[in-house]
This record gives sequence, structure tokens and C-alpha cells, in this order.
Amino acid sequence: MESVGSIILYVVVAAAIIIFSVLAVTTRKILRAATYLLFTLFSTAVVYFMLDYQFLGAVQIAVYAGGIVVLFVFAILLTSHPGHSSERLASSRVALGLIASLAMLAVAAYSLFTRCTLFNAAPELTPEQAVDMNKIGTAILGTGDGQYLLPFEAISVLLLACIIGGIVVARKR
Amino acid sequence: MELKAIFYLIPSLIMFCCGLYGFITRKNMIAMLISLELMLNAVDMNFVIFNRFLFPGQMEGMMFTLFAIAIAAAETALAIAIIINVFRWVKNIDVRELNKMKF
Repeated sequence: MESVGSIILYVVVAAAIIIFSVLAVTTRKILRAATYLLFTLFSTAVVYFMLDYQFLGAVQIAVYAGGIVVLFVFAILLTSHPGHSSERLASSRVALGLIASLAMLAVAAYSLFTRCTLFNAAPELTPEQAVDMNKIGTAILGTGDGQYLLPFEAISVLLLACIIGGIVVARKR
Repeated sequence: MELKAIFYLIPSLIMFCCGLYGFITRKNMIAMLISLELMLNAVDMNFVIFNRFLFPGQMEGMMFTLFAIAIAAAETALAIAIIINVFRWVKNIDVRELNKMKF
């Protein structure tokens, strides 16, 4: 049994996710699409907080909302006029997209409703189950079973390659 | 009323389908990238939800999401660098006009 407050919070967040993600792909002004994407990412961070993953919510806000959306806004301002709205879409293309996404929605919702309604409500975490910073740090920097030093190092090399690649690709010749 | 897993999975499914729709219909490369981010975000959310509801106390799904966020950031940065470079060469980022590999 959940408290009334968490149910209200859930309804607000779910509505925000649905409304803003629909708006992000249907609006014709590209800068507004980036803003709606930002709101969707914030709502996702709230979902992470609701599910007791505080660190993940903080990472979501810092990396996605703080980094990627700013990058998007700069790229949009560099490549298009801010007030310019894109031309109306060809109806054949819209029909194709609607068919693909609605088919995906139907199939996945069917399988979710037939399989995943069996899951119970989220079990309360006991104190030793709670995901705190201590556990996360040990898991990222350990080499034992279920620990992630190798992916962590691979990510750091990937980020370095990405920095160099970004500079080389975008630099003026 | 209990908040079951399905209550969280349905918004994320709708987010994914919006991303799919946007990726097919949009012509602007940055708008396509925004749709891609929506899809990635929905998948990240699913990892976390299944982790929390099926295996509470473990953090495999959380770690997957953490690494997926890092890779998405790298991918977006590189894609935007490419888009800006393409814009500098052809003054346009409409995918219908970009049909030559060699300018």
C-alpha cells in the first residue's frame, strides 16, 4: 500500500513523461523539441528517485539534463534559425511513422499486460539492500564478482576517444 | 492502490514509441537525434524498473543504465560534431539533401 502522496507524485510524473515525449516529437519548432526533451529527462530522473536510486537520478540530471541538452541547444542555435519552424510533414511519412510506432505499442503493450502484471509492488528495501554510495563505489572500482572495473576503464577510454574525435571532426580546416 | 511495475513500464513504452515515430518522420538531423535520445532514455528506464521490481538489493540494471548514460553522452557529442561539420560544408542538415558521401 502506497501513501497518497507517492500516488499523486506518480500520476504527475507519468503524465509529464507521456505529454512531453509526445510534444517533443510533434512540435515543429526544433528549439521547443529540445526543451520538451529536457522536461522528459527531468521526469525520468524523478522516476529514478521514486525507485530509490538516488545516485542514478543525480547522474541523469547532471549528464543528460545538464550536459546533453545544453549541447543540443548550442547545436540547434548553430545550425538553424531559432524562430524558424520546419515545413509540414508529408502525410505518407506521418502515416508510416504512425503505423510503425502504433504497431510497436500494440505488440509491446500486449506482452506487458499478459506477462508483467504479475509483478508485485516494489518490495521495501532493507537497510543492507539500499543502494548507497559506498556500495556503488565498491562495485565500480572492484575486480571481483559482479564488480565493474573493466567496463569503467573501457568507458574512460571511450570518452577520451570521443573527445579527440569530436575535436578532429568539428575543427575548422 | 499499489504502484506495480506495469505502472512504470507503460510510460516508458510510450516514450519509446514517440522516439520511434520521431525518428521515422523527422527530417532535421538534430530532431532525429532528439528522438534517438528519447528511445535510449526509455530503455534505460526499463533496466532500472526491472532491477528494482525483480531483483531489489542488486544493482546490475542500475550499472547498465549508468554505463548507457555515459555512452549516450559520448555518442551525442560525436554526432553533434559531425552534424556541425556537415552544416559547415553543405549549409543544410536536412537528411533528404544529404545523399552524397563525397562532396
